Amino acid sequence: MAYDKFEVLTSTAYPLPIENVDTDQIIPARFLKATERVDFDKNFFRDWRYNQDGTPKADFPLNKEIYAGSKILVGGRNFGSGSSREHAAWSVYDFGLRCVISSAFADIFKGNCLNVGVLPVQVSPEFADKLFDAIMADPKTEIKVDLPNQKVTLVATGESESFDINSYKKDNMLNGFDDIDYLKNIENEISAFAETRPF
Amino acid sequence: MAKTLFDKVWDSHVVRSVKDGPDVFFIDRHFIHEVTSPVAFLGLESRGNSVVYPERTFATADHNTPTINQHLPVEDPLSANQLDALENNAKKHGISHWGLGDKNNGIVHVVGPENGITLPGATIVCGDSHTSTHGAFGAIAFGIGTSEVEMVLSTQCIMQPKPKKMRINVNGKLGLGVTPKDVALYIISKQTTSGATGYFVEYAGDVFRDMSMEGRMTVCNLSIEMGARGGMIAPDEKTFEYIKGRSLTPKGADWDKAMKYWETLYTEDDAQFDEEFNYDASDIEPMITYGTNPGMGMGVTKSIPTAANVEGGAETYKKSLGYMSFSEGDSMIGKPIDFVFLGSCTNGRIEDFRAFCSIVEGRKKADNVTAWLVPGSHKVVDQINAEGLGKIITDAGFVLREPGCSACLAMNDDKIPAGKLSVSTSNRNFEGRQGPGSRTLLASPLVAAASAVEGVVTDPRTLLVS
Repeated sequence: MAYDKFEVLTSTAYPLPIENVDTDQIIPARFLKATERVDFDKNFFRDWRYNQDGTPKADFPLNKEIYAGSKILVGGRNFGSGSSREHAAWSVYDFGLRCVISSAFADIFKGNCLNVGVLPVQVSPEFADKLFDAIMADPKTEIKVDLPNQKVTLVATGESESFDINSYKKDNMLNGFDDIDYLKNIENEISAFAETRPF
Repeated sequence: MAKTLFDKVWDSHVVRSVKDGPDVFFIDRHFIHEVTSPVAFLGLESRGNSVVYPERTFATADHNTPTINQHLPVEDPLSANQLDALENNAKKHGISHWGLGDKNNGIVHVVGPENGITLPGATIVCGDSHTSTHGAFGAIAFGIGTSEVEMVLSTQCIMQPKPKKMRINVNGKLGLGVTPKDVALYIISKQTTSGATGYFVEYAGDVFRDMSMEGRMTVCNLSIEMGARGGMIAPDEKTFEYIKGRSLTPKGADWDKAMKYWETLYTEDDAQFDEEFNYDASDIEPMITYGTNPGMGMGVTKSIPTAANVEGGAETYKKSLGYMSFSEGDSMIGKPIDFVFLGSCTNGRIEDFRAFCSIVEGRKKADNVTAWLVPGSHKVVDQINAEGLGKIITDAGFVLREPGCSACLAMNDDKIPAGKLSVSTSNRNFEGRQGPGSRTLLASPLVAAASAVEGVVTDPRTLLVS
């Protein structure tokens, strides 16, 4: 799945300070019926974003004009738990977000994000609180996510924190590559390995 | 260095390790279904790749399928389109396909073990988080995303860093009315919904040794609900007995060869885990959840904890109770319910229907309850009928539906209406999981049965003869 390279991103951010946001909320199951990857932004956080009559819920952060156009979402702890549906990561990307920041991610969601060009940035709970406080105090707060230097910074104050990413995945994100490119290059090694399996 | 069961299976599937990166991890068995595979096939074809090992790939339709009138064309055009895509992709790429109407059709995590596709020491993936179910056989099995489905189709490998290792020991004897589902919900309530994130879990101790293969599947199935990539249990005689002679298990000399390998699959005495937890079987009651994640569970006779007594943010906790229309300190016993759902990859196997029938036999469904009883596969249906459970179900005023994922995730028509309260044997009580606005209480088949006949949340022990 091709995606744009990720290097340094400076943007305002949507705050979603709720813990254990599961992928059923990010995209409910009833919107998983497509056979092509198109328009998953439409139902991104569908039931939290819209009333049953289809009108937007004014108090939901993704609907607030002051955050519109942000490319970063700051979420609560254990973001992306539950279902393995990659549609959740697609909907993040299709909504225009390139980075999710949280103090903890669920494993499959994190892996899916990395595979589709969304950078999951895990920060300490203290730094996450700092980000929430700053955004709440000033919605125009800018956050700089520097992948080459693995650093996330509150632009206004210069406060920053390093984040981890393994160097293989980092290279992929920086270059817009994916795992299939890598695996197809070692096809012979894989087929030789397959021969050794007992079943 | 002494190895754990997980080390043995993982390490033997590493084609190569990428420096400072993930392992290239070989996959023995790949399950696909209609929801998470179509985009993977599009990707595969757009790159000009083919399915490298169609014989290691197995397709079944389950998430989107109706549970009544399966002999008729599927009404929802979007669902029908996904089912067609699965069938066409399977045909085009030489993959075996158990579509709607096939005698082998059913929920992917039910039909895999039933047909002997699931084997000890195997690596198994599927674009579904409950793939962890297959760990019950001593396999490493976990859910993957659609990009990874494409990876496995086109290379039979994924790129995966090795998770950390956790062991959870439960020793002692389970009390009356306490089932494998309760053991799992108890562990998750202790671990919280993220306690095992980054880990692969081995379950050990008397309770799992004494447990049936079906019970082990229920426990491993729910590993993902505490954030673990998967859970596994060392194979033993019970495991070998279960898989022997199933349609796709190795036969003759291949079986002997495989057995030699399977007998090496245990954790060595001095092997180290990154985390270890011990629980006592006698502390476990029939469980029920009260909130909007599977970690928010308690003994069915307990009261909902106050925000001050739970980990995590009070705001999130209050939002959760607000969604459920419950209050701190509420007792669950006696709360009127609207729906009961027996089924899913967690509790859609024959043992679950036996448990349900043990309570409803000679009793009647409460008038205020709509019950959806959905077997996990056609083989489960056949067994229900062969054992005479069908008559018990009918006599008690229930109706058996046709197999599929159904109201577990409500992708088909089986949706719990907004505001309605459901006692569900499935795996997730997330907001809207069983239909927009629906409210879910996760519980065992025994709790579901007791509640279905009483019309209110009921402790099954009050209906069981000790």
